[in-house]
Amino acid sequence: MPTEILMPALSPTMEEGTLAKWLVKEGDAVAAGDVLAEIETDKATMEFEAVDEGTIGKLLVSEGTEGVKVNTAIAVLLDEGETAEDVPAAAPAAAAGDEAAPAGGSAAPARRKRETADDSAETSAPEPDWPESTKLRQQTVREALRDAMAEEMREDDRVFLIGEEVAEYQGAYKISQGLLDEFGAKRVIDTPITEHGFAGIAVGAAFGGLRPIVEFMTFNFAMQAIDQIINSAAKTLYMSGGQMGAPMVFRGPNGAAARVGAQHSQDYAAWYMQIPGLKVAMPYSASDAKGLLKTAIRDPNPVIFLENEILYGRSFDVPDIDDYTVPFGKARIWREGTDVTLVSFGIGMKYALESAENLAKDGISAEVIDLRTLRPMDTGAIIRSVKKTNRCVTVEEGWPQGSVGNYITSVLMQEAFDYLDAPVINCTGKDVPMPYAANLEKHALVTTEEVVKAVKQVTYS
Amino acid sequence: MATRKTTKRPNVSAEELKTYYREMLLIRRFEEKAGQLYGMGLIGGFCHLYIGQEAVVVGLEAAAEDGDKRITSYRDHGHMLACGMDPNGVMAELTGREGGYSKGKGGSMHMFSKEKNFFGGHGIVAAQVPLGAGLAFADKYLGNDRVTFTYFGDGAANQGQVYESFNMAALWNLPVIFVIENNQYAMGTAQQRSTSSPDIYHRGQAFGIPGEMVDGMNVLAVKEAGDTAVAHCRSGKGPYILEIKTYRYRGHSMSDPAKYRTREEVQKMREERDPIEYVRSLLLTGKHATEDDLKAIDRDIKNVVNAAAEFAKDSPEPALDELWTDIYAETAQA
Repeated sequence: MPTEILMPALSPTMEEGTLAKWLVKEGDAVAAGDVLAEIETDKATMEFEAVDEGTIGKLLVSEGTEGVKVNTAIAVLLDEGETAEDVPAAAPAAAAGDEAAPAGGSAAPARRKRETADDSAETSAPEPDWPESTKLRQQTVREALRDAMAEEMREDDRVFLIGEEVAEYQGAYKISQGLLDEFGAKRVIDTPITEHGFAGIAVGAAFGGLRPIVEFMTFNFAMQAIDQIINSAAKTLYMSGGQMGAPMVFRGPNGAAARVGAQHSQDYAAWYMQIPGLKVAMPYSASDAKGLLKTAIRDPNPVIFLENEILYGRSFDVPDIDDYTVPFGKARIWREGTDVTLVSFGIGMKYALESAENLAKDGISAEVIDLRTLRPMDTGAIIRSVKKTNRCVTVEEGWPQGSVGNYITSVLMQEAFDYLDAPVINCTGKDVPMPYAANLEKHALVTTEEVVKAVKQVTYS
Repeated sequence: MATRKTTKRPNVSAEELKTYYREMLLIRRFEEKAGQLYGMGLIGGFCHLYIGQEAVVVGLEAAAEDGDKRITSYRDHGHMLACGMDPNGVMAELTGREGGYSKGKGGSMHMFSKEKNFFGGHGIVAAQVPLGAGLAFADKYLGNDRVTFTYFGDGAANQGQVYESFNMAALWNLPVIFVIENNQYAMGTAQQRSTSSPDIYHRGQAFGIPGEMVDGMNVLAVKEAGDTAVAHCRSGKGPYILEIKTYRYRGHSMSDPAKYRTREEVQKMREERDPIEYVRSLLLTGKHATEDDLKAIDRDIKNVVNAAAEFAKDSPEPALDELWTDIYAETAQA
């Protein structure tokens, strides 16, 4: 029986990739360890090796095909005595391959198609951050973040990027792709694996008049540096009676990625949100990632900028405007509604928007607010909305005790109590360390079903 | 390597000696006064006195130039006075008053002066070490030839971030002088109980950072070592380590009875190695000054310190509005 060779997942969050190059042809004999193909993900180009020996019977997906889903059959390996005729006629994989465009196109149709749902949600935003006539282009969150840094580095020589693998490797998650080439090793600086040390050095550099952007490979590793972030960066302006502070950005992916276990999956939104002296941004869309990061780099205070690995590869409309910025402390209303207010931020918005879509089918109209920054927090926007809907559900992936939602709830209790027709419900991640098993992980995070259920509970429907 | 005790007969002028005497005496009298005010309840919280260690900062400040930076831990009053900060402002910060360097919001451990390039005043042991390396990083990035004096103690020398900083400072050739003020006690733990190898300056060898041990009770030796370190850093050769052996006469903080060492040990240091007495004897035996000259300096210092204490008592407490200022720097309007 011929063996199907499947499109591999080359990172925890990879869902699809480009089959950049075949290094074997039909009829070639291969041994385990031989490189079969080059596969391009949005992060890197990786070599894909054979695990079994045999003869390449058929290449099912042609070179240059974009948007090949993980686990699609891309080739067939024949055992001794088998021939290409033994290959089943309609390999299910071929369909995916045919649908995708050849390399060289600006974007793969498969990808575009997948994002249609996002687009529809986005165009329903009643409070756009740009004028209606603005030209938009699709950009990934990853590209938006890189552009924000590049634009600010062009404007201000004091701005530099420092962190692990940011320069020669082009970023562990490829956020700094191309920056070393443009700005050189003086301003794009690879560090040893030494978070406490390089965070402290960056804070000192900020005291000394520079504008550091510190990239943490993930915010989980920033726990090693949290003393420098809080005690040195956040408190110095106050302790010095306003004489000196730390104008800088600490950024990197935060929260769960996919299947990376308890130590690499923590959401720090509620932690950093608690600290006076810090500002905290947590964008969902690419336009907000870009506009908020530019604002963060210009801010004269230390800013915690919480990104999300799963969102890096997602595309959104980004306005084609010179110097596009988004102010801190201004929430974005993605969807207007009348029955319930859904408040979220970062990847939590994915669940909030999906829930709103599902609820609409049941005739429940949800208003969806993306906080965008948690400190300062646009509590005014939440209160205004709740005065209209009289109900509120918060959505986040972080833990329940001392959550961002808890804080929002207390604000509503104190400032909008008379307008509430039901208790506020906080939909959060579960109160457990992140498990590895796929089913458990999915359940450990907040789910769209839970949000829908919470809304039905507060709307008594 | 032997401890640097000054090479030959130091080539030091009468004026320099008098300056050292004056500056060390200012720190000592200031700290004694701070101790008194603490006893009177005018200073609260933690208060770590520098008495006994005066030659360290005075010697190194003599090696510094305008624009050089300094940063230290919480035993910081001496560093502030030595770099020229106003005794009134320092004392008023100790009493938590409006006239203090941080408007009363920092206290003994957290004072700063942008004007004097004094970057604190840090309360978490060793956190100032990467910060100091970062100040040096900024100078190198900006292309000036300034150096940063980064002070920490023998206790801090056991924190991991010190070695993270050594590594990057050497890797990136940062103009930072790591000054280990080895007063031989990490709070109540004697160095031999906390430190596997007695010579802390040796630890730079692992990173290729030159270092030396210096007699910290001898201001001339400190100045000489400071000159060497500054020349090394300023010429672009990267970091340098000075382990300066010193001794604190008082407890770790005001509430420390210092039961971990004998009275005799302290007494012996005071009698035989006092840094101020040493300069005083050089002045007198070298006939650079008379007893009367020195008495005049003593009187001057006493006046300065008394005036600082009066200022610190009279300065009002910060207005309650101050609670809410300086949390965020104002964002520039677009």
